[in-house]
Amino acid sequence: MVDLNPLTAWRRFLALPNESRPKTLGMAFIVSAVCALMVSGATVMLRPIQAANRAVEQQARLEALISGIPGMTEVLSQAGGTVSTVVIDLNRGAAATGVQPETLSAALEDSGNWTGLTPAQDLAGLGQRPNYAQVYFLRDAGGDLSLVLLPISGAGYNGLIDAILALRADTNTIAGLAITNQSETPGLGARIEEAAWLDQFRSKTVADASGTIRFAVARGQAGSEYEVDGITGATRTSNAITRMMRFWLGPDGYGPLLQAIRRGEF
Amino acid sequence: MSARTGLWGILTEPLIRQNPVTLQILGICSALAVTTSVATALTMSGALTAVVVLSAGVISLIRRHIPDSIRLIVQIVIVASLVIVIDQLLQAYLFEISQRLSVFVSLITTNCLVLGRTESYSRHNPPLRAMVDALGNGLGYSLVLTVIGAIRELFGAGSLLGWQVFATVDQGGWYTPLNLMLLAPSAFFLLGGLVWAIRSILPDQAEALDYLRPDDPENAA
Repeated sequence: MVDLNPLTAWRRFLALPNESRPKTLGMAFIVSAVCALMVSGATVMLRPIQAANRAVEQQARLEALISGIPGMTEVLSQAGGTVSTVVIDLNRGAAATGVQPETLSAALEDSGNWTGLTPAQDLAGLGQRPNYAQVYFLRDAGGDLSLVLLPISGAGYNGLIDAILALRADTNTIAGLAITNQSETPGLGARIEEAAWLDQFRSKTVADASGTIRFAVARGQAGSEYEVDGITGATRTSNAITRMMRFWLGPDGYGPLLQAIRRGEF
Repeated sequence: MSARTGLWGILTEPLIRQNPVTLQILGICSALAVTTSVATALTMSGALTAVVVLSAGVISLIRRHIPDSIRLIVQIVIVASLVIVIDQLLQAYLFEISQRLSVFVSLITTNCLVLGRTESYSRHNPPLRAMVDALGNGLGYSLVLTVIGAIRELFGAGSLLGWQVFATVDQGGWYTPLNLMLLAPSAFFLLGGLVWAIRSILPDQAEALDYLRPDDPENAA
C-alpha cells in the first residue's frame, strides 16, 4: 500500500540511512532549494534600498566632480548658472524625443532601445550600447554652454567601470573624470578612484587637429598632452580606461552629440 | 578541548588560548585586507561572526541528516547563501562601508575559519554548543582584527575610528603618517608580532619543530 501522507513520507525520508542515494539526492535538493529561496528573497527585497543608495552616491560624486573643476562653482553660483539634465538620442546626437529623465530607466528595459556592437566597434567590451543616455549641461549666466557631463562605462579587469566625464564646451578639452562604480583589484586597479590620479585628466586634450582621438592612459609616465600616467601593476585596468574613453568619445558613443555641440546646436 | 567543557569555557577558550587566527592561522587573508581602519575591521568582524554563528546553527540542526559524501558541498552552499544575504544587507543599510569592504565580504565564503568550525565542531555538537563555539571563534577573530586595525589606523593615519588622535603634518600637526602601515605587508608583520607575543606568554602554543637540522652538533649525538 502506498502511503500518501506527506508527514509520514517525510519521517521515512529522514529515517533513511544517510549514505543511501535517495537521501543524498534529497538532502542536496532541499538544501539548495532553501538556500536559493533565501538568497533571491534577500536580493529582491533589498534591491530598491540599494538602488536608492547608488543614486545618492552618484549624485554626490557628480557634485564633487563639478565642484572639483576650477571655475565651476563660480559658474554655478552666478545668477543664472544652471545644470540641466537632458536625455540624448545617441544615434542622432540630439535631444531624444519622447524619453524624459524620469522615463529613461523604463525605456532602457526595452531591448529595442539597445544597439548591438560588432567586435570591431566594441572597444569598451560592452556588447551592446543603449540608444539613450542621460547627460548634463552646465551653462553660465549668459546661457552659454560651459561644461558637458557624460556618463561612460566599460568592462574593466574585474567588472564594469562606470564613470562621468566632464568636457569643456569645445568638446576637446577634458575638464575632469569621476569614477562612480568599479570593482577593480583593491590597491592596484582600484586606484583609478584616487583623486591624485583623476586630477591628471584635467586640461588633457582628446583629439588632435585632424580629429583622430589620441587620448590614452600611458604605460608608465604620460608623455604628451593626450596622456595621463598609467597605474603600475594595473595594466588591464589602465587599458580599459583608454578603451572606454575612446569608445564613448568616438562615433559609436557620444561622437554625434559632440559634433552637434561643436555646430552650436546646444 | 574536551567535550565536557562548559558553555562559558567554549565561548572564552577561542578568544586567546585557542584563537583561530593566531593559533590556527586561519582566515588571515581577510585579516590582512580589511584592517586598514578600525571601522572596516569591525564591520568585517561583525559580518564574519554573524555568518559563522548562523551557519554553525543551521549545520548543527541538520547534522544527523547530512550525507557524508556531500557534506562539504552542503556546508559551503549554506555558508555561501548566508554570506550573500549578509552582503546584500550591508549594501542596503551600510552602503559606505560595504563599498570599502568590496569583495572581501563575499570572500567570507572561502574563509577557512567558517568551514573549519562547521566541519570540525558543528557537525558533531548540538546547536547551542555549536553556536556558542562559533560565537567564541568569531569574537576571537574580531579581537585580532580590531587590534591589528587599531594599530594600522593609529600609526598609518594618526586616527582611531576616524577620530584624529595624532595631528598629522598635512593638518599642521607633528605626526608624519607611516604609510607602510596602510599597505598589506604591514598586517603580516603585525600579525607575526602578535603570534610571537602570544606564544611567548603562553609557551604551550609554540609548535614543535618539524625537522631538525642534520648538521647541528647538538643533535649529532
